[in-house]
Amino acid sequence: MSQGNNAGIGLEHVNVWFGEHEERVDAVKDAGFAVPFGGSFGLVGESGSGKSTILRAITGLAPDWSGKISVLGQDLGQDRGKEFYSAVQMVFQDPYASLHPRQTVDRVLSEALSLHGFDTINDRIIKILDDVGLDQSFRFRWPHQLSGGQRQRVAIARALIIEPTILLLDEPTSALDVSVQAEILNLLTRLRTERGLTYLMVSHDLAVVGHMCSEIAVMNDGEIVEVLSVEDLRALKANHPYTRQLLDASVQKRKNE
Amino acid sequence: MTNLLEVKNLTVKFPTRHGVFEAVRRISFSLGRERLGIVGESGSGKSMTGRAILRLIKSPGILEADYITLEGKDLLTLSEKEMRRVRGHRISMIMQDPKFSLNPVMRIGDQICEGYRLHARASRAEAKKKTLSMLETVLIRDPERVFNAYPHEMSGGMGQRIMIAMMLIPDPQILIADEPTSALDVTVQKEVLEIMDKLVRERGMGLIFISHDLNVVSAFCDRVLIMYSGRIVETCRADQLHEATHPYTVGLLNSIPQLEHPVDHLEVLQRDDAWSKDPSVSGIVETEEIA
Ligand SMILES: Nc1ncnc2c1ncn2[C@@H]1O[C@H](COP(=O)(O)OP(=O)(O)OP(=O)(O)O)[C@@H](O)[C@H]1O
Ligand SMILES: Nc1ncnc2c1ncn2[C@@H]1O[C@H](COP(=O)(O)OP(=O)(O)OP(=O)(O)O)[C@@H](O)[C@H]1O
Ligand SMILES: [Mg+2]
Ligand SMILES: [Mg+2]
Repeated sequence: MSQGNNAGIGLEHVNVWFGEHEERVDAVKDAGFAVPFGGSFGLVGESGSGKSTILRAITGLAPDWSGKISVLGQDLGQDRGKEFYSAVQMVFQDPYASLHPRQTVDRVLSEALSLHGFDTINDRIIKILDDVGLDQSFRFRWPHQLSGGQRQRVAIARALIIEPTILLLDEPTSALDVSVQAEILNLLTRLRTERGLTYLMVSHDLAVVGHMCSEIAVMNDGEIVEVLSVEDLRALKANHPYTRQLLDASVQKRKNE
Repeated sequence: MTNLLEVKNLTVKFPTRHGVFEAVRRISFSLGRERLGIVGESGSGKSMTGRAILRLIKSPGILEADYITLEGKDLLTLSEKEMRRVRGHRISMIMQDPKFSLNPVMRIGDQICEGYRLHARASRAEAKKKTLSMLETVLIRDPERVFNAYPHEMSGGMGQRIMIAMMLIPDPQILIADEPTSALDVTVQKEVLEIMDKLVRERGMGLIFISHDLNVVSAFCDRVLIMYSGRIVETCRADQLHEATHPYTVGLLNSIPQLEHPVDHLEVLQRDDAWSKDPSVSGIVETEEIA
């Protein structure tokens, strides 16, 4: 393993594409980065630049890819076994699409637990709902009976409840008000300290990424154009023109107040 | 002149196994040819308020109001058929889950074209041209590919922009945008906001802008309603949002992470039961005041 035993997630020369011939879309081109075990890495960039596709390729949801992807020191092939999903969980960008419309919150959570061989299911469900700030009365609701932010928290609860080692978070707080967002981010920070979790997080909110991650990759049109430390991000020290454009726009946004 | 839209004592409730749950509780507000922001806690009734204006509360949900008037005409008195003419022609809504609101088995281009042709009675070729130019306006990189693609082949932010393009085609008098830019990076977001802004300024559209992004709301909107637990707890001028006084709003402002001021632990709200008991604050502005 080139990353050594300390590796959480490693990508080398990864390409991901959809379709064939003239229909082919090259969504990710020659991407590479490494997240140490216990580290927290951010992905930001243009809408449609391939951020979600990178997470999907890691979890095995994007079938056409080349290059090298490794997780916890193991190179991944096409198939991901159950063991993989016990270690790696993803919170999808679109919570509606990831929750089955005919499963109550209780069913979603209890199925995840039994699939991964957990007991004390009832206690765990009560605990996780509380952790994500949902009242117990939500336990038997259907997805369509929830607000956007409530659905997003169910999706987060489902990923966390099976106690994964690695979390892939795709815009996990985009539908939350800033105060509930603060609660969720504090929860994620606490879990990382307590259990040494590894995070790969996508967000368009640079302040959120800055709060959560120590290193940040910037994507534009399928490519990682720059990887910078959180200190450089805060100091607005960017080399690539696209990163500068992104940082300028976000600074300007706050100045307009 | 009357307000473009006026909502009086709107309530939306759902019967549940724990009794009747009131998602929106007797709120009143008006909308002129302005940008009205709605912010508030997750689950406080923002989306339900938007849907209620279009009478899109699904059974068993119940909508009650003294009136919801569009240019003086009470929408509650319209037949379902008349209401359908209002939706999409006079009032458009960008739903919070854009990809979920698109038809999953129909190509994106066909969906947008269909809307346009219904509205403008245009030829197929004209509709396609218009659709491609709308996609370009919302900064879609390769409009031709997107035209022929299905919703599941789109990224989160592309889905949002497609929805925006689609809702703007009928040239509505009122646009209700429910978290329309939550999946957009700041540069694309800026462009999209400018498009909406232009419609308000040049065509006199009224915009209801639901968002969690307090910075965007305060920079972009004229007026803000702050919702908590089904009620409006405070209203203010958008550029004064940062001087808001209700403890809920103050708590919200304090929990925003800031790039240049890193903290280990973000501040969270200490919620107070009294907030949900106080009567709703009125968000109605008399038209003389605006003029
Ligand atoms: N199933 C698919 N079939 C074809 N193209 C796809 C598919 N999924 C994604 N794409 C394309 O891949 C590109 C990258 O999409 P991706 O969802 O990774 O973007 P993103 O960076 O997450 O954007 P956003 O911030 O808007 O969510 C887009 O051009 C998208 O249309
Ligand atoms: N079918 C239903 N039955 C019972 N309660 C419902 C139903 N649909 C929605 N609700 C509740 O109504 C409340 C208001 O929902 P709404 O979608 O308007 O919230 P919101 O302010 O848009 O929140 P968010 O910011 O999270 O999207 C929520 O607490 C939600 O759980
Ligand atoms: Mg995405
Ligand atoms: Mg909502």
